[in-house]
Amino acid sequence: MDLNFTPEELAFREEVRTFLKSKLPDDIRAKIKGGKRLVKDDYFRWHKALSEQGWLGSNWPTEYGGPGWDPVRKHIFEEECYAYGAPRILPFGVNMVAPVIMKFGNQAQKDYYLPRILDLTDWWCQGYSEPGSGSDLASLRTSAVREGDHYIINGQKTWTTLGQHADMIFCLVRTNPDAAKPQEGISFILVDMNTPGVTVRPIILLEGEHEVNEVWFDNVKVPAENLVGEENKGWTYAKYLLTHERTGIANVGSSKAALLHLKAIARDQVKNGRPLIEDPLFRNRIAKVEIDLMAHEMTNLRVLAEVQSGGAPGLESSILKIRGTEIRQEITDLARRAIGPYAMPFQSEALDEGFNGEPVGPDYAAPIAQQYFNMRKLSIYGGSNEIQKNIIAKAGLGL
Amino acid sequence: MDFSLSEEQRMLKDTVERLVRETYDFEKRQKIAASEEGFSRDVWGQLAELGMLGVPFAEEFGGLGSGGVDLMILGEAMGRGLVVEPYLSTVVLGGGLIDLLGSAEQKESLLNAVVGGETLLAFAHGEPDSRYEPAHVRCKAEKTGGGWTLTGRKSVVLNGAAADQLIVSARISGGHDDEDGIGLFLVGKDAANLKVHGTPGIDGTHVAEIALDGVEVGADAVLGTPGACFAAIEEVMARAIVMLAGEAVGAMEVAVETTVEYLKTRKQFGKALSQFQVLQHRAVDMRISLEQAKSLAVLAAARLGEPRAVREMAISAAKAGIGQHARIVGELAIQLHGGIGMTWEVPVAHYAKRLVMIDHLFGDTDHHLERFAALSDAAA
Ligand SMILES: Cc1cc2nc3c(=O)[nH]c(=O)nc-3n(C[C@H](O)[C@H](O)[C@H](O)COP(=O)(O)OP(=O)(O)OC[C@H]3O[C@@H](n4cnc5c(N)ncnc54)[C@H](O)[C@@H]3O)c2cc1C
Repeated sequence: MDLNFTPEELAFREEVRTFLKSKLPDDIRAKIKGGKRLVKDDYFRWHKALSEQGWLGSNWPTEYGGPGWDPVRKHIFEEECYAYGAPRILPFGVNMVAPVIMKFGNQAQKDYYLPRILDLTDWWCQGYSEPGSGSDLASLRTSAVREGDHYIINGQKTWTTLGQHADMIFCLVRTNPDAAKPQEGISFILVDMNTPGVTVRPIILLEGEHEVNEVWFDNVKVPAENLVGEENKGWTYAKYLLTHERTGIANVGSSKAALLHLKAIARDQVKNGRPLIEDPLFRNRIAKVEIDLMAHEMTNLRVLAEVQSGGAPGLESSILKIRGTEIRQEITDLARRAIGPYAMPFQSEALDEGFNGEPVGPDYAAPIAQQYFNMRKLSIYGGSNEIQKNIIAKAGLGL
Repeated sequence: MDFSLSEEQRMLKDTVERLVRETYDFEKRQKIAASEEGFSRDVWGQLAELGMLGVPFAEEFGGLGSGGVDLMILGEAMGRGLVVEPYLSTVVLGGGLIDLLGSAEQKESLLNAVVGGETLLAFAHGEPDSRYEPAHVRCKAEKTGGGWTLTGRKSVVLNGAAADQLIVSARISGGHDDEDGIGLFLVGKDAANLKVHGTPGIDGTHVAEIALDGVEVGADAVLGTPGACFAAIEEVMARAIVMLAGEAVGAMEVAVETTVEYLKTRKQFGKALSQFQVLQHRAVDMRISLEQAKSLAVLAAARLGEPRAVREMAISAAKAGIGQHARIVGELAIQLHGGIGMTWEVPVAHYAKRLVMIDHLFGDTDHHLERFAALSDAAA
């Protein structure tokens, strides 16, 4: 057994660091480090830099323009990105719809969409959830009725992350309302957000930010060639997408970066005349989450090694999801405790770039409580933690 | 032992609960919280009219001369409605300090105005690096001529921007964290060299950062005996914590009720969520936390009138315990609502925010755990 990275892997880490230093725009990095609000252009410029380097589709096979990294390299890449202060890579195009198109799309779809994802012509969002269908996604009701060479779509999607910026949405729609089981009769379809009848309405989250949306479809006419794979087989593709989506599920990179930030805050804050990080209670709380994170990282690496040698993770990916989100949430909880009374002021405008109003409290305080509340989402979306436990119990333990 | 409420307490409870129920629906609350001042003069006027602003004071000031249980009752009702009116800052903290330390004239002029709803007060005590330590005061008071000059900064002052008068703590002698040597001074909001920067809080309340850059006050602005104010500060904080404990209980009740109701109505997989046993158990965890919090609130309320050693242990126990229970209830309320619990539009998210933020007032769980341990050592 050797828990160290190989010399090649270490060299790769250096390569990623060098790239980040020269290609991640300083203003974006400053925003991430300062917890400021990102705008579309920030994501765009970062994705563009990756795209030009050939690193955007880090999960993609080389034939489609991927870098051909193994799971360990992907892990190193992700960790370095977070450590340096890069924005997260938006998964909807590169890591969600692209694998489905590669596996189930026809040649024309591959030829058309994949390059446009890689060169950022199209921004994608995910239209799965509906107001009545969250955990029970198979109960979805948005309908698509075939009329000649088009589908007519009617219904409502919700919780569409960053849908306000998107050009395209991939949707699960009901094409056969009479199917024997709810999972049958669902299709996977690609919709241009600019089609008449598509309306996007913002949903404001509890911490005051606009991150998700409602998307309404009112007699939206979509060319039949936008159907991926076969009609009524969408559930298979949807599941493929969910199980294929492994990048970032463990949150190791972002949790490590957040832990470092937490420690920096705890060094700066003072309790009883000493740095908070020396306070026995708080020290223990940090140590506990740090140990949890070490165990979690090792689990992640063990799973990656397994995948690297051809194995397919089963219950482990649900374990990674649960622990990854719990640990990430615990770190944000400690951060809000660390800033003490300064968790209270709500300075939404201080998250804007170039804010030059009067700062309240230490400069790192403004986003902390908002992040704590926003991070509650981690255990709800992507298959809630309760649902992951059901999966482990059923599929993993045979209960 | 008797856990029942007296006739007067029941009446108080009915009155304030009715006011909150009838005039303070969620939509209105949101509007009030988002307003510039962060509270409603109308609602404040109604509270005054009903005699609610005098509750803790002696009868001669229109009060009930009542103690902890009444504060808890008020807090509970206000927690149920997520009331953002400046009761804690004006009545409990500000009014409390005047009640404990004020001269006959100060009481006569200020307490009457507070009880009548005409004057708003704020207690400017915390400082940028004091964290939750109540003895930590660096803001300086220097004797100049017949009065005093105040210099320093105060932070996260509840309702600081709306207040007509601030009660500012300042150091007269001793080291920056000595309990002795702290004075309290009344400062009008229009005082020269005073800068007040108000911001909303993430839970809908309002707070302010305050800079005193050589603020001059007369001898009549002194509250109590300069240098010997700490005991009163500790006592009004204890009262505030009792009210806050009540508030947490009220907010937790609503969060639990709302979540249980939601589990019964929301269907997934063809069943009500309430049929999934794991969710039942999590709702039960919320309910258990509520019960524990209620017990700690009752304990603190009942011990408020006892000697310091007894009182403060109950106060720290309540604040430490409630910090943990409120987090459990707040986080589970969001989690069990799923995506909808994450939105601005649903009340339960705002209950969760207030519940978590209560931990950041007058000492968090860690602060009070430590304090409880120290008090417990001392008592042994
Ligand atoms: C910030 C955010 C961003 C999102 N982004 C997107 C997006 O871009 N695209 C998209 O399509 N969707 C998105 N979602 C939706 C997300 O996937 C759903 O919120 C999630 O699937 C949960 O569904 P729900 O909100 O309807 O909750 P519900 O399914 O109603 O669940 C409510 C509660 O019940 C629990 N529960 C439900 N069923 C069971 C069961 N059988 N056993 C035990 N517990 C159960 C859940 O765990 C949860 O605690 C996003 C959500 C959020 C909050």
